[in-house]
Amino acid sequence: METVLAIAVGILFATSAYLMMGVSMIRVVIGIGLLGNAANLLIFTAGRVTRAIPPIVPEGADMPGLVFANPLPQALILTAIVISFALFAFILVLVYRAYEELGTDISHEMRLAEPPHDTASNHRGSRL
Amino acid sequence: MIQTLVTTADWLIVLPVIVPLLCAAFGVIAWHRPVIQAVAGIAGLIALVAITFMLLLQVLSYGPQAMAMGNWLPPYGVSFTADLLSAIFAFTASIVGLLVGIYAFADISSSERRHGFYPLLLFLMTGVLGAFLTGDVFNLYVWFEVMLIASFGLIVLGGEPRQIDGAVKYTILNLIATTLFLIATGLLYGAVGTLNIADLYFKIAELQDLSVLSPIAVLYLIALGMKAAAFPLFFWLPASYHTPKIVVSALFAALLTKVGIYALVRIFLLVLPDNQGMTHDLLIWVAMATMVTGAIGALSQNDLRRILNFLVITSIGVMLFGLALNSDGALAALVFYAVHSMLVMALLYMLAGIIGQKSGSFELAELGGLYRAAPLLAGLFLIALFAVAGLPPFTGFWAKFMMLKAGLAEQAYGGISVLLFTSFLNLIVIGRIFAQIFWRGGSAEDPDGAETLSPVTLAPARQRILIIPCAVLTALVILISVMPSPLVSLSAGAEAMLFDPSGYINAVFGGGA
Repeated sequence: METVLAIAVGILFATSAYLMMGVSMIRVVIGIGLLGNAANLLIFTAGRVTRAIPPIVPEGADMPGLVFANPLPQALILTAIVISFALFAFILVLVYRAYEELGTDISHEMRLAEPPHDTASNHRGSRL
Repeated sequence: MIQTLVTTADWLIVLPVIVPLLCAAFGVIAWHRPVIQAVAGIAGLIALVAITFMLLLQVLSYGPQAMAMGNWLPPYGVSFTADLLSAIFAFTASIVGLLVGIYAFADISSSERRHGFYPLLLFLMTGVLGAFLTGDVFNLYVWFEVMLIASFGLIVLGGEPRQIDGAVKYTILNLIATTLFLIATGLLYGAVGTLNIADLYFKIAELQDLSVLSPIAVLYLIALGMKAAAFPLFFWLPASYHTPKIVVSALFAALLTKVGIYALVRIFLLVLPDNQGMTHDLLIWVAMATMVTGAIGALSQNDLRRILNFLVITSIGVMLFGLALNSDGALAALVFYAVHSMLVMALLYMLAGIIGQKSGSFELAELGGLYRAAPLLAGLFLIALFAVAGLPPFTGFWAKFMMLKAGLAEQAYGGISVLLFTSFLNLIVIGRIFAQIFWRGGSAEDPDGAETLSPVTLAPARQRILIIPCAVLTALVILISVMPSPLVSLSAGAEAMLFDPSGYINAVFGGGA
């Protein structure tokens, strides 16, 4: 079972990497979403997939029983989901705002921060 | 089981996270009163300096401190652990935070303050200090994210198109970096079964097959290399650090990359105990390439802030060299260099901000004639430039000297020659900056200054608010420069605790809460 999950995680990572290397910002953002999902599935697989009962202590007992699911990967994944969801919301708004301000969705046309041909040899008056 | 009330001394390890969080939350509640936000912000930052100073004193007197959260004893619970490395970094970060917070009063316009600058600054300090003080790898990821989200808010404060452009690149690349960190942490958990840093020392020592750690180590190197701006993963830094307000740039340059270096030191000293071969060589090459690209990049820029961006990258390269050497004296040099870099980079950006406000521009060709107009500023800037280039007697010299000594002991001649060569290139850079901004009479088209408009004189109160934090930082730099031995012995103590983690482990397991 873990092999199948590992292959699925690999496919997700490959897809997200391909999207993130794209030219359009929207593709990059979708790639980031897929990357988060792949990471969560990876943590799930790393926590060992077992047939087990939920890690809840029944009433009147001290321990949850003999074979219970490991709660730690579940906690890690939940935290990761919450964090990536908040960051994803921010990135969506940022990319939309960038599209409005800069007028373009293509990453190599966004050159306001580092304008092209801005080298010392081209710049006027650089004698030092 | 905790049976008695927790004493103040025990609270000291979590207060650096609680205090800025509460002040930031208070600032958010008072959203429509920017004055209350600013007051809560500055009060929180002052309290933070006092708290981290007391924490440093406590770690020096009693050894590493630990606190387990929620009554879950380690290794099952999350613990906050402060050894000397964490305490030194936390204290320096608080000082920088406070001075930047005071400077921001005159640099951030009131409309931007209304959009929550001080709460965002305090959230950023929460993330930074949490990252320095935590003892759990996944908790480190969480604090990285807190710091990251706060930095996203700070980088777009102001909303100009250039800021949005820089913010897009910064956001996307840093998000990928932290997701890689999460992936490496997940794999580490799958391989070892624990995420508590003190417990990882034991579990990795017991691991039969160390080869499973190699891909995890390289993943951590990539993820934290992106955070710490190592070659070839640093391109988000020159693309974005010069776009936000200068006070935000000062904060980022001083703090964010150093958190990446701190995480690299922590993780590499435990995840790679015997895996030195591949990643050791890789780290040396990465360090050398980072130093060289930083120095050459600084030479090629014409905008003062973009030059400073590349100087940040060069200092990261030097620190990575110390980490790659991983020997007696190298880690002490790294700690000293990190403290020096935090103080001096914040100082440089803040002074650059004053230059920008007085002259209306950051382009070297348009600046000039400031020596006549602002001699005090010229003096402070000269000290800061000497410190960053590594000229004696300033802090950069001591830091680079310690690094060179460690490199010679390890016979890393390639790294040493690169370090000296890039220091020479940095010397050319600072000469260029100082000559063009201060000694030249006017702008590049008018070198005698006959026709250029004289620099703006700011209102005296505003000028005082801007220059006092810079003067305090310069005084600190001069103090450390003429009396480096306290910081040198602190760095040596931090290095000793890193190489012999028994104090750290006993604090987590022996004491418990």
